[in-house]
Amino acid sequence: MLEVESLHKRYGDLVAVHDVSFTAHPGEMVGLLGPNGAGKTTTVGMIAGLLPPDGGQVRIGGGLVCSETDPVKRRMGLVPQELALHDELSARDNLALFGALYRLSGADLRASIDRNLDLVGLADRAKDRAAHFSGGMKRRLNLAAALLHDPDILLLDEPTVGVDPQSRNAIFANLEELKRRGKTLVYTTHYMEEAERLCDRIIIIDHGRVIANDTLDAVRRLVPNVNLLQLEIENPGEGEWFAAVRTLPGVDAADMENHTLRVRLDNLLDASPRVFGWLRDNGYRCSHIASQRADLETVFLTLTGRSVRNA
Amino acid sequence: MNFTAYSALVRRDLHLFFQDKRALTMSFAAPILIGSFFGYLFGNAGGGPASKIQVAVIDRDNSAVSRRLIGALAADPALAVTPHGYTEAESGVRAGKITVAAVVPPGFADAAGRAFLRGEGKPEIQLLYDPSHGAEMAMVRGILTQHVMEVVSGEVFGGASSPKLVADAMRDVGASRDMNPADRQALLDILRTVGAWDRRVSANPAGNAAGRGLTLPYTVKEEAVTARKGTRYNSMAHSFAGMSVQFILFMGIDAGLIVLTQRRSGMWKRLQAAPISRWTVIGSRATSAAITAMIILVVVFGFARVVWGVKIEGSVPGFVAVCAAFSVMTATFGLLVAVLGKTPEGARGISILVTLILVMLGGSWVPAFLFPQWLQQVSFLIPTRWAVDGLDGTIWRGFTAQAAMAPTVALLGFAALFAGIAVWRFKWEA
Repeated sequence: MLEVESLHKRYGDLVAVHDVSFTAHPGEMVGLLGPNGAGKTTTVGMIAGLLPPDGGQVRIGGGLVCSETDPVKRRMGLVPQELALHDELSARDNLALFGALYRLSGADLRASIDRNLDLVGLADRAKDRAAHFSGGMKRRLNLAAALLHDPDILLLDEPTVGVDPQSRNAIFANLEELKRRGKTLVYTTHYMEEAERLCDRIIIIDHGRVIANDTLDAVRRLVPNVNLLQLEIENPGEGEWFAAVRTLPGVDAADMENHTLRVRLDNLLDASPRVFGWLRDNGYRCSHIASQRADLETVFLTLTGRSVRNA
Repeated sequence: MNFTAYSALVRRDLHLFFQDKRALTMSFAAPILIGSFFGYLFGNAGGGPASKIQVAVIDRDNSAVSRRLIGALAADPALAVTPHGYTEAESGVRAGKITVAAVVPPGFADAAGRAFLRGEGKPEIQLLYDPSHGAEMAMVRGILTQHVMEVVSGEVFGGASSPKLVADAMRDVGASRDMNPADRQALLDILRTVGAWDRRVSANPAGNAAGRGLTLPYTVKEEAVTARKGTRYNSMAHSFAGMSVQFILFMGIDAGLIVLTQRRSGMWKRLQAAPISRWTVIGSRATSAAITAMIILVVVFGFARVVWGVKIEGSVPGFVAVCAAFSVMTATFGLLVAVLGKTPEGARGISILVTLILVMLGGSWVPAFLFPQWLQQVSFLIPTRWAVDGLDGTIWRGFTAQAAMAPTVALLGFAALFAGIAVWRFKWEA
């Protein structure tokens, strides 16, 4: 288990991280979510021992990291945001080097390399130089390098930056498998959809402070219901005919853009049939119906007043 | 100390170095090529004749004496003499095609003969020279002095104009009133003897004494003092020592710059996250740099041995000790670059400049004995001076193992100083 208690980091007058606390349990993936510069990487840096915190502490399995060589560090693996690979070395040689940093050698090292190359789908490219790998393959190798010593906790700092969708899915599959194996994963990202897909718990950080820390559903509940109905109208006609929709009971607002009618309802289940009935009775044909739930983007927007990508 | 990590990092560094074509070129090919070039240029490694000094002669006297003088100059093995007109010779010197042009003035033969006996009215031989060839100018002046003395004295003692020159001199000496009478009489006796010599030569023009002037009253036996008697000096020894020192220091810079590059990358984070100490990281870097330096020295001097016949004439253990100490010094110099540099880009320029100054003052380019005295003393404060002197000493000066101790200890002292600064200023956090 990872316990982060009141971490604090300051660079001159700038408070990069302020009073960040959370815990992450085995088999759990915690998402650190926030825009660039929010303090995610600084937080991960302090957890991984890259930066000394100005305040607070990190416990790994109950133990504090007391020195650079503390064996407690073996229980943690880091996947840095930057690709930490030697292009001139083969995948196997890269992993052999990183395994040796954790005192792995001989048969144990070879077995670990084989196991993790297999996990990330690069077993057949073990002898190829990393320079010949695609960006996605390098990211997967970057992930494997952090797993060689079989850590309990894996820190992933934006591990899918610049990765094509296929490789991203492959990495997601790897992470889900690791979660199934009981690893604790801390995943920083500013991609909302990644956090939504992967994480059991979301910690939203902005300007170095935690502004939300809960399960995905609980975080969604932090914002008012956004019961939005979207309907593709085949024969919308001219004028503001949709103004009549606004008068229906349970309808808060209705707008039309191109062929899409957006209707905000106070209650999705109660009000939706009234909208469908009105459209049918007035001769409108509908080719697609969808409802939109509150996503993390909306949550972030609600909590900070800014879009995560514009923050 | 995590020796598994330590040895893996050392192996990694060596692996990456030997895969880097640019590094290999700079570390092996460059010192071999440049060392060979300078050794050939400044030494006798080629075994061919030394190049002659290009001298133009403008004969405005056109006398038998001036022609004999020009003939003597042309026969000198150090000179390549060609007759020219004044304007042509001057433009040749200006263009750098001719090193020195000598203008023999009209009336040279008569004036020189008179001046030889009476010391007055000396003719002036004008020398036009290329100012970038100061050393050659001095050589030409010396050679010209020798041949002028031989030719003019030959003319005075038994030449065609000798009777007239002697008679004129006796008349002038006899008429002189400001000379001590006893001195005057002694000088007249000498001139009479010269006149008698002239008559003897004239009576037997084919005799051994005819046309003989003054010659140098000595011969020279030159002997290079090297490690052992009979061992030839090989100019490649110094040039290879100097170039090895220079390019190994460049390798040291690269080793330091790699650390700076890693600090900006995820690689440094991975190292920090692992349960290894900072000393494992920088110690492995220093070790790999030192091993690389030793390999370069072995290969470069191996080439010099096989191709140019450079032998370790002094103590082999002493040579190995100097090489090892210099390698360690290079490794710590690299650490200094890594610690004091802020960015690889910024550190590269300044460290190359510092290295060039170090190798220049250390005598890698030209031997330190050519420096002014004060600079020679100052250069002992520079590690490269000790490295070059140590290598020179053990290779061809015949340093014993004991004599090699001084440069070895000095280099290790610099290594300790650099390492101390590196440890003091090292920052683990990126």
